[in-house]
Amino acid sequence: MMRFLLLFSRQGKLRLQKWFTPISEREKKKIIRDMTNMVLARQPRSCNFLDWKDLKIIYKRYASLYFCLAIENQENELLALEIIHRYVELLDKYFGNVCELDIIFNFEKAYFILDEFIIGGEVQETSKQIVNRSIEASDMLQETMEEYMSKPAF
Amino acid sequence: MSYVGEKTLTALPSLLSLDSQPGPAKLSSTSKLGNLIRGITELTSKHEEEKLIQRELESIKEQVSSPNTSMRQMKELMVRAIYCESLGYEASFVYIHAIKLAQQGTALEKRVGYLAVSLFLNESHELLLLLVNTVLKDLQSTNLIEVCMALTVVSQIFPKEMIPAILPLVEEKLNHPKEIIRRKAVLALYKFYLIAPNQVQHIHNKFRKALCDKDPGVMTASLHIYLQMIQENPEGYKDLTGSFVNILKQVVGGKLPIDFNYHSVPAPWLQIHLLRILSFLGKNDLRTSELIYEVLDESLRRAEMNRNITYAILYECVKCIYTIHPKSNLLEKAAKCIGNFVLSPDINLKYLGLKALTYVIQQDPKMALQHQMTIIECLDHPDLIIKRETLELLFRITNAQNVVVIVEKMLEFLQNSPDDYTTIDLVGKVAELAEKYAPDNEWFIETMNTVFSLGGDTMQPDIPNSFLKLLSEGFDSVEEDRKLRLFAVDSYVSLLQGETRKLPQCFLQVISWVLGEYSHLSEDHNRSTVLRLLEKLLDMKQTSSETKCWILMAMTKLCEGTAGVCVAQQVSETYISSMDTVLRQRAQELQHLSQDSELREEVLPRDSGLDPMEIDSSLSFLDEFVSGALAAGAAPYKPPHQRQEELAEAKVLSLEPYGLALPISMSSCSITDRHSPTPLSMSSGLSGDSTDVSHRAGLKLDGVQRVWGRDGYLAKKESVEEAAPVQGLTPVHSPSLQNEGDGSHSQTPTPTPTPEPDREKEQLASSLFFGVSSQSSVCLMGKPDSTFNRRRKAKVQAPGVTEQLSSSVAPVSNAVDNLLCNNLQDSNINSVSAASSKQTCELSPRVPAANGTCNTDCGLPESDRKRSNLSISRDNGLVDADSALSEDQGSRSDLCPSSYLPAELCGLYRSEIAPLCTAHSLELSACHVHQGDDMILIIFISNSSDSQVLQIRLDLKSEQLKVTCVSDSSVENIKSHTVAVYQYSLAVKRPGVDVEVDGTLSFLLPAGTPQTKHFSYKLPLTAFIRPLLISTEEYGTMWLGFSHEVKQNLTLVDDGCEPLTFTLNLLKNRLQLHLVEIIGLEGILACRLLQNQPCLMHCRVHAGALAVWLRSPVPELPDCLVYHCQRVLQEK
Repeated sequence: MMRFLLLFSRQGKLRLQKWFTPISEREKKKIIRDMTNMVLARQPRSCNFLDWKDLKIIYKRYASLYFCLAIENQENELLALEIIHRYVELLDKYFGNVCELDIIFNFEKAYFILDEFIIGGEVQETSKQIVNRSIEASDMLQETMEEYMSKPAF
Repeated sequence: MSYVGEKTLTALPSLLSLDSQPGPAKLSSTSKLGNLIRGITELTSKHEEEKLIQRELESIKEQVSSPNTSMRQMKELMVRAIYCESLGYEASFVYIHAIKLAQQGTALEKRVGYLAVSLFLNESHELLLLLVNTVLKDLQSTNLIEVCMALTVVSQIFPKEMIPAILPLVEEKLNHPKEIIRRKAVLALYKFYLIAPNQVQHIHNKFRKALCDKDPGVMTASLHIYLQMIQENPEGYKDLTGSFVNILKQVVGGKLPIDFNYHSVPAPWLQIHLLRILSFLGKNDLRTSELIYEVLDESLRRAEMNRNITYAILYECVKCIYTIHPKSNLLEKAAKCIGNFVLSPDINLKYLGLKALTYVIQQDPKMALQHQMTIIECLDHPDLIIKRETLELLFRITNAQNVVVIVEKMLEFLQNSPDDYTTIDLVGKVAELAEKYAPDNEWFIETMNTVFSLGGDTMQPDIPNSFLKLLSEGFDSVEEDRKLRLFAVDSYVSLLQGETRKLPQCFLQVISWVLGEYSHLSEDHNRSTVLRLLEKLLDMKQTSSETKCWILMAMTKLCEGTAGVCVAQQVSETYISSMDTVLRQRAQELQHLSQDSELREEVLPRDSGLDPMEIDSSLSFLDEFVSGALAAGAAPYKPPHQRQEELAEAKVLSLEPYGLALPISMSSCSITDRHSPTPLSMSSGLSGDSTDVSHRAGLKLDGVQRVWGRDGYLAKKESVEEAAPVQGLTPVHSPSLQNEGDGSHSQTPTPTPTPEPDREKEQLASSLFFGVSSQSSVCLMGKPDSTFNRRRKAKVQAPGVTEQLSSSVAPVSNAVDNLLCNNLQDSNINSVSAASSKQTCELSPRVPAANGTCNTDCGLPESDRKRSNLSISRDNGLVDADSALSEDQGSRSDLCPSSYLPAELCGLYRSEIAPLCTAHSLELSACHVHQGDDMILIIFISNSSDSQVLQIRLDLKSEQLKVTCVSDSSVENIKSHTVAVYQYSLAVKRPGVDVEVDGTLSFLLPAGTPQTKHFSYKLPLTAFIRPLLISTEEYGTMWLGFSHEVKQNLTLVDDGCEPLTFTLNLLKNRLQLHLVEIIGLEGILACRLLQNQPCLMHCRVHAGALAVWLRSPVPELPDCLVYHCQRVLQEK
């Protein structure tokens, strides 16, 4: 089971946080601090896995953005790495050439995609098509609403 | 993915100039959120950011509370609030609006509302209750997207107590035509299963349906639940092995739709899930494993592309192969795989290779030899995580020969260990290895010194504890012990003479204890030197007051001679006015002792070190006080779990039908009563075993040697001899390993390929892997090891102490029952036949023989049973103890009740006939008979007078039992010198440790005066216990359904070889339980209380004790049963 997923920039700015188990606010802040410190301090070309307390931290850098996923110890590290990759692929497919700014300005969309892909710390749907289809289905509503919005209604 | 970076740069200007880029992403950059984000990036200082956000929050706050804000605006505000929160600024005022948005918004707004809720709140947040209604409504919506949203939020956060409210709706969704809804429903149920397994156990068959769903997505989702359930109880799902194997075959064979492929590997997540499930199913099970071999082989074969994801699958395959029952050709392939991992230049793969090796080495130590050079390289790897994993691996292969090198490596790593967590973990491991394999005293003490100074005060407290225990208990040889202690003393004295400021508190405590205890062994240092050193510690300002107590205690032991007394007085002066009460107390003691040399002699005699000291663990000295308090109306003691249960009952919404609620009544009192002590005079006689050696727990005070557990220690010499013969690197399998592997390991071990690296590494290798393959098994893994080292042995004993202490409640309670019973009955019973008074006298010399004998008998179920066993074995029906007794009482022999036993009950298992009461010429006695599933109570009324007794009426009633009269004719008159027999059938209404029937006998004397007489008959609950014949699977399903549970640690009775089996069989035979199965260190038993109330028992050997866990649908039953188990084991 996954415990949390954090996205942060090279400067240590947090872009996205998802906690799959209940954690207190204080603890969250501490974890975020620990994670950014630990991960940003890693040398290039070192192992993508880290020990942190009783958890395994799997991190990967995509351009300026670090994806950092905490899993329980008996989980498969390589698979976790692929989970991160699949999420990036999903974002990429949705935004079309995703970049950090997409995630900054549309973080709620990034959350929606994540919720379709992972739920309660487990992978929900691994088929890229299906995830996208369900996002698009909800977006259909969004599109019409956005159109509605762009009219000078207020 | 590097294009992401490039794009970031190129996109920046156009994004900031906000124009019409296509795509779903761009619109919000023009919005207020966009402005906010841009505003923040332009800021230079944290302070400015704070100001900006505060202003932003102010404005959000104003708008959300305005009634004119539309839901659409609310959505936009919500996104901004989420953003602020994610920057670390609190915006709790919007939480309620998030819920409102989820409630009232249209689909799109709702989605943001739900998202905000799931990001803002956690499971225990009270506002979440307000969401329940919304979720309910959305689950019933006809709009699929709304249903999806509701299910999504449910499987992320949902209050546990409210699950029953939505469960039916979620269940219903399992049949939804849309697969996405079914999938989400399964995942929601998975979540429920994790947080409240009892709530969903009735829908297990629906999980099976989900497993067979035609949509692979739904099927995959259901595997989450299965993985969890199978991990908890593999036995219950063996029948599904075939299905899982089939699914895996189809997946591997590429039968799934193409869009489940990930980088052209078919559904890797699904594959790995299945492999994990299969490894749980096949573990220790040859038959199941045989079903799995083929598909594993197939998976290995297919996964041969060089992709990360295929490596992930391979890794899982390897783990599975080594978990299930071994098969040689698969093991070979797996070993090759591991080789590929370990030798891979990819550092991630190398890491996994090491991890796999660590796992595999438990079964196949020679794998370590094959890769020894790689392991050595990894030991010096710049990446700490690789190094750490290598140490983990070495830890597993440590033995008496390589311990010195390995511990050295571990300590080296510790010196620059990055974090506390690693330090705690490694320090514990070093301490374990040192205790297990230390080659000599010097090394042991020095290593432990390093452990204490590196581990500091963060380490597990049991490390110093077990170290001190080890020192104080010693081993077989007195001389060895003395040397070890002496070395410790010397080493500590020299430590204290150096720089002490950096030493952690717990090390100081260890030092002061050892010095206090053993410094007399050293001739080099006299006591006053040691005292001075300790005094120096006291003066240090870093020393905590707890440590100061330890130091003062040590001083108390050392204070002797004029110099010593002088120092002691000086010190006690200083601390006698301390604010810390404990410290003050110690100072007081020290002062007293230093002033009074006679007292000192008495309290701390010079050579008392080896005298065992015993304490009354039953705390019987408190009995008088407690019974006084009880008499004065104090509430009886309730064990913690019962208190909790009652509290929980009181607080939580009861979702169960009312009938199941725990009745707080007489019977619960009778459970609790046994925990309250009893006046000393009574208990001392009755609970004779409380002073028995087996129940003495050693006093955990300084300077006291424990008495138990000495035998069984292995002499040091033996272990050395056994380990010594094997030298060099060539792996030689000892026969026991081959047996273990069941032939799979029997292929000839390949000679170790020894490459030719630099000599240094080779040397290291030879020291590291020395004796690895020679070990018949790796000790750590808990396999029996004949070369168990002496130090380890000492440690293993440790948990016993606590067990002894915890189980020592029983003797007291044992006596309590009798006592209470006696007290209650004293007034009712005037005289009694002498039938069993002899026995009573033996048990309790101070109880007047004429009083309460019957109760004493009934209160002791085991002896009762023993006696009835006896009577059964002695006769085939009729002649029993009574006839023997009747010889003593010649005059009454003609009325011996046993000969009046109804014919149909003869030969059945029955208790001894116990006298109840006498009234004039009438004598009442009773026994209970096990007639199949019925419990028959038989009351005999014998009339020994010469005249007839008229109008006899017998009324029985009981709070705990249902009593029905089964005698066909109601006897009203009893002629002289005859016996009337009454039969009653008993059924338990409410269980108690013992159950009791109260009766009233009324009759007319020949003179015509009416007489009444009260009596009572008590029988142990065990009389109503019968074995419940069920299979392990049935057990599994029943277990989940029962809500009342009790956990307790019991003594493990050791017959020398198989303590668990022996103990469980003992319980089985004595309490009439059904032994369902014993698996490894665990065993399960089942029984039922007549007629049909099951109670399940799960036993596990843990730390030398038997951890039992009972569950039953009947509230009091587990508690009562655990009590009887305790008594059986204690009696043993």
